Amino acid sequence: MNRIDFTATRSIESALSTNKLIKNTYMLLSGTLIWSALLAMVSMAMAPSPMISLGTSLGALVLLWFVLPRTANSASGLWVVFAVTGLLGFGLGPTLNYYIALSNGSQIIATAFGGTGIIFLGLSGYALSTKRDFSFMGGFIFAGMMVVMLASLAGLFLDIPGLHLAISAAVILLMSGFILFETSQMVNGAQTNYIMATVSLYLSILNIFTSLLHLLGALGDE
Amino acid sequence: MEWVKIFSAILIIGWIIFLWPRAKYWLKNSPKAQEGDWMAAVLPLALVVGFVALLIMLV
Repeated sequence: MNRIDFTATRSIESALSTNKLIKNTYMLLSGTLIWSALLAMVSMAMAPSPMISLGTSLGALVLLWFVLPRTANSASGLWVVFAVTGLLGFGLGPTLNYYIALSNGSQIIATAFGGTGIIFLGLSGYALSTKRDFSFMGGFIFAGMMVVMLASLAGLFLDIPGLHLAISAAVILLMSGFILFETSQMVNGAQTNYIMATVSLYLSILNIFTSLLHLLGALGDE
Repeated sequence: MEWVKIFSAILIIGWIIFLWPRAKYWLKNSPKAQEGDWMAAVLPLALVVGFVALLIMLV
């Protein structure tokens, strides 16, 4: 009887900590998305050069690489998350200015924004409700990301028609898979750090948004 | 413009180096899919593809 009580208590504790992790992750994610959108608007108003945008992205990568792993288990990790998402949001400014200058630019941006929100909420809701373990997709997703990165690198220097569109479509699929993967990692207890979970989900949302923007801009009617 | 390309290449290489350890880990340690797992993943991804196609037609 005692053993049954102990098992039940442990499973309740585990469910509570998972719920807390999910709640903290989504709260921090909402905050970082709002913060990022604000800095994207500031950047649009300032209209910096694409080099500044690349510089902020490089700064975010340096923080993700060297600072975040050391601070993710402390309160200072929160400042790093806001710094990373702020830099990436600011880096979006020149891209958004490019699209807003198109005749249907504001419609493209609004559609990409709304579409990204629906994709994220739909996939997260699905992963949370099914509680299925999607960790079997890990190898597939990361191998796919490597292929996409190498294709992007090739696309910079080789003029292959349709390559950029194919990369954008692949990124949307891979990041959608990654949302399922990361959410199931949280649900099944493999991911216990809400700061790392937030950054992972933020990066997938950002990549879906920019790729959707690219696809809508290139394939839309006008 | 060449500088933008070179800087972009540096950034992409940086991301590859950043992601490589995680990719290596998951390629080695991904659990095998159980029956029905892939179907459960492919179905929502197919819906995403359909939704994106719908958005493209709408714009």
